[in-house]
Amino acid sequence: MTNHWVDLKNSNVIIVMGGNPAENHPISMKWILEAKKERGAKLLVIDPKFSRTASKADLYVPIRPGTDIAFLGGLIKYIIDNELYFKDYVINYTDLSYLVDPNFKGPEDLDGYFSGYDPKTRKYNKATWKYQLDEKGVPKKDPTLKDPNCVFQLLKKHYSRYTIDMVVEITGAPKEKVLEAYKIIASTGKPNKTATICYAMGWTQHTVGVQNIRSMSIIQLLLGNIGMAGGGVNALRGESNVQGSTDIALLFHILPGYLPTPKASWVDLKTYIEVNTPKTAEPKSLNWWKNRPKYIVSLLKAFYGDYATKENDFCYSYLPKLDDNRTYSWYDIFDAMYKGKIKGFFAWGQNPACSSANANKVRKALANLDWLVCVNLWDNETSSFWKGPGMDPKKIKTEVFFLPCASSVEKQGSITNSGRLAQWRYKAVEPPGKCMPDAEIMNELYHKIKEFYQKQGGVFPDPILKLNWNYGDKHVDIEKVAKEINGYYTKDVASHPIDKKAYKKGQQVASFVFLMDDGSTACGNWLYSGAFTEAGNMMKRRGKEDPTGLGLYSNWAWCWPVNRRILYNRASVDPMGNPWDPKRPVIKWDAQNKKWVGDVPDGPQPPLAMKGGVLPFIMKPLGVGTIFGAGLADGPFPTYYEPVESPFKNLLYPKVYFNPVARTYDSPDDKFVVGTDPKYPYVGTTYRVTEHWQTGVMTRHTPWLLELEPQIFAEIDPELAKEKGIKNGDKVIITSPRGEIWAIAIVTERISPLIVQGKKCHVIGIPWHYGWKFPKNGGDSANLLTPNVVDPNTFIQETKCFVVNIRKA
Amino acid sequence: MGGISRRNFLKLSLGSLVLSSISIDLTPVKSYAATELKIRNAKESTSVCPYCSVGCSLIVYAKGGKVVQVEGDPDSPINQGALCPKGASLLQMANNPYRVMEPLYRAPGATEWKKVSWEWALSEIAKRVKATRDKYFILKDEKGRVVNRVEAIAHVGSAALDNEECYLLQKLMRALGLVYIEHQARI
Repeated sequence: MTNHWVDLKNSNVIIVMGGNPAENHPISMKWILEAKKERGAKLLVIDPKFSRTASKADLYVPIRPGTDIAFLGGLIKYIIDNELYFKDYVINYTDLSYLVDPNFKGPEDLDGYFSGYDPKTRKYNKATWKYQLDEKGVPKKDPTLKDPNCVFQLLKKHYSRYTIDMVVEITGAPKEKVLEAYKIIASTGKPNKTATICYAMGWTQHTVGVQNIRSMSIIQLLLGNIGMAGGGVNALRGESNVQGSTDIALLFHILPGYLPTPKASWVDLKTYIEVNTPKTAEPKSLNWWKNRPKYIVSLLKAFYGDYATKENDFCYSYLPKLDDNRTYSWYDIFDAMYKGKIKGFFAWGQNPACSSANANKVRKALANLDWLVCVNLWDNETSSFWKGPGMDPKKIKTEVFFLPCASSVEKQGSITNSGRLAQWRYKAVEPPGKCMPDAEIMNELYHKIKEFYQKQGGVFPDPILKLNWNYGDKHVDIEKVAKEINGYYTKDVASHPIDKKAYKKGQQVASFVFLMDDGSTACGNWLYSGAFTEAGNMMKRRGKEDPTGLGLYSNWAWCWPVNRRILYNRASVDPMGNPWDPKRPVIKWDAQNKKWVGDVPDGPQPPLAMKGGVLPFIMKPLGVGTIFGAGLADGPFPTYYEPVESPFKNLLYPKVYFNPVARTYDSPDDKFVVGTDPKYPYVGTTYRVTEHWQTGVMTRHTPWLLELEPQIFAEIDPELAKEKGIKNGDKVIITSPRGEIWAIAIVTERISPLIVQGKKCHVIGIPWHYGWKFPKNGGDSANLLTPNVVDPNTFIQETKCFVVNIRKA
Repeated sequence: MGGISRRNFLKLSLGSLVLSSISIDLTPVKSYAATELKIRNAKESTSVCPYCSVGCSLIVYAKGGKVVQVEGDPDSPINQGALCPKGASLLQMANNPYRVMEPLYRAPGATEWKKVSWEWALSEIAKRVKATRDKYFILKDEKGRVVNRVEAIAHVGSAALDNEECYLLQKLMRALGLVYIEHQARI
């Protein structure tokens, strides 16, 4: 989230699209309903299903799954055509006036492709996706927005055919409702009005997932809603600590704090720093990533301690390097495992046999392993895969270790919520039986492996033997780990370049501003620097003061970065530092005392128009919000492509059909159909219910919750039910190109058919919380049906729209 | 009810509910005095719900090393004491009859799990990690560049872990040379 949960109360318009907070983030509705009640906010829900959130909406717009970019592209056109954008904001704080290379061509010129497409590799060469630069290297601009090569004119051209009628034809949404939604959202393009967007997996789980989100980011920039109280782009993340586990980088492509994982071609630290430290010619840009060298060196110091010295490149060579031409993402893992290339596998607090799309492939892949380690509270479909449906245990050679861990109330530590707030959990009781906290398991495992390398030697043991791992004698002192994440001085510093003060070895750094690139600081994650300082563990704080009334609660726990509650908040003020909306001032420049008041600003520098002032989007090298997104794999502007599996035509770009750079896999178990297949005439979609969580391992084993939602079901509309002779409560079989499952039919108007391209679009909705192992007769995972075709930027699968068929069992 | 906080009020209501269900005719105030609340003398600690990402704060009550009650924390500016059905059922997660209580091992071709000791399990896992790593470790790529990675071991998980655990886990896996490191955020 750019903003945070309580901030939802500050919105004038709350857009819920690609999410269902009433169902999946129930307590957030407290703040959405407060906005409605206290400020008359409008709640808009755009969703294929009349969801629990929709039941509280002022306006509900049904749309066909996977057509979000058509809907949002139409909105961009509406905002441009009616000049409803926030002009001062877009001119000062975005790249809308920047000129783009005249050789850049878009889908309107090239039949659905951007310039640089290579059909052989199914990738883009992005050479033309760039701004025109002046002699100083700064982008050329046209503040009148008239130059045909400026971002504004290109955007206008790009969405010129996304007319209301086209939007209706693609999405199936009723025309008057589309128009009403556009009117309400675009009404916030004023300084004193804000809209917020709440999205979740309904946007990410598509082959155009990133572009769904970018569409809305563009809209929020055009309307001047980013940085504002009640604004922003807000991902409603799905797990209690998925924000933290992402920040701390249990991911192949990043190290903690969003530092790119080294690649083979970045042969030494110097090269790593050169490639990954952006430079800018824009004098007003803070270009925060210029600090990257401090963060990577401090991370290496945290990893390798005293062994990491300037002379040995701070042990940079110890870090594993990725092959430049490959990815190592979730679906790459199971593809490699399926092909027998992976021998050992840890599934630590995860159940991929149910959570992964095309779960049949995963279940087969697990049988190719030599050994599997599962760490969990409950035995599940992954740990017991060898006795699952269709498996003959006697033929499966995989050794499986199940390690029982502690639950969240049986250990202490911090977790980070969707609003980037890191809160501390205390241990209430000891783990039952022989269960062990995860950190203890990691610690024991590390020491065992180290012992073997010490005694027996082995291949390149240095990164293991020299790892800086001292967290207590017998048990892990979790606060010691938290302190390392925050960062500390590794040697005495006589006069720190930042404040000229002296610091002692072992002292905690106050914030990432104090990190250095010479080895005198160690820091496990620069973003969390400030969480555990000399003043103590800030994540434990319980202050309830709210002086601004905006719900920032700056003394409650601790929020990254540097306790800033609303990101990009310098965009909430005009170039003189006056809040665009004086009634909801996130920050404000106090001219007399020459400092900001309110939230922690994005940098202490004065307002933009003053001497030494800086642009608001400090993480971007140019300092502005980028509407022209040249960094993406699939184009600088979001473009409407059909889902990979869809029973409909792509009316806008018939020659391309689905995202031309979407990733697919090619094993015999990677089946999908492109275009119309009479065997699968309906659209399938998956979702969650309040009473269960993810693959259901936790909630299926919780008797109260299981009683509420005991069995897999499928929601189908009354017309389709009638056609198929299915009654409410009947058992049905749902099939897709990848598998079949049974479910209990719920015949409901919540999921009514829409008219798309002259025919009925029937949608079948299935929750994915179930698994064969428990309870008996609960049903199996909906992911046996879903396709592992993935977004080219994030490699997230398209589980929100795929083709299915249904029959009475 | 003047002077009674919301939490005390809830405690009162709960006490009266228990009594009324066994049909003893006492007034609520008397019933509070006459019965033992399950949270009486319990150790209170705060926690955060392990389900969605709203970050609702909880009060966990423990007695005799056992969780006896879990409630929403009224001090939290986020949930202000409220919980959804999942959060409200955490007592059953803490005291759960289905949890696995000791390490298990399944041998190649076996049809059942076998209970094993931690010492044995961790030693055996460490042996396999070392053997696989040593056999498949890639020191240099085809261009002769140092890559120091192992592709024959993969790891997934977890967004269910605390930040400190995530940190230790990625540190351990990266020290071993793994590049296949992923978790829930990808799916």
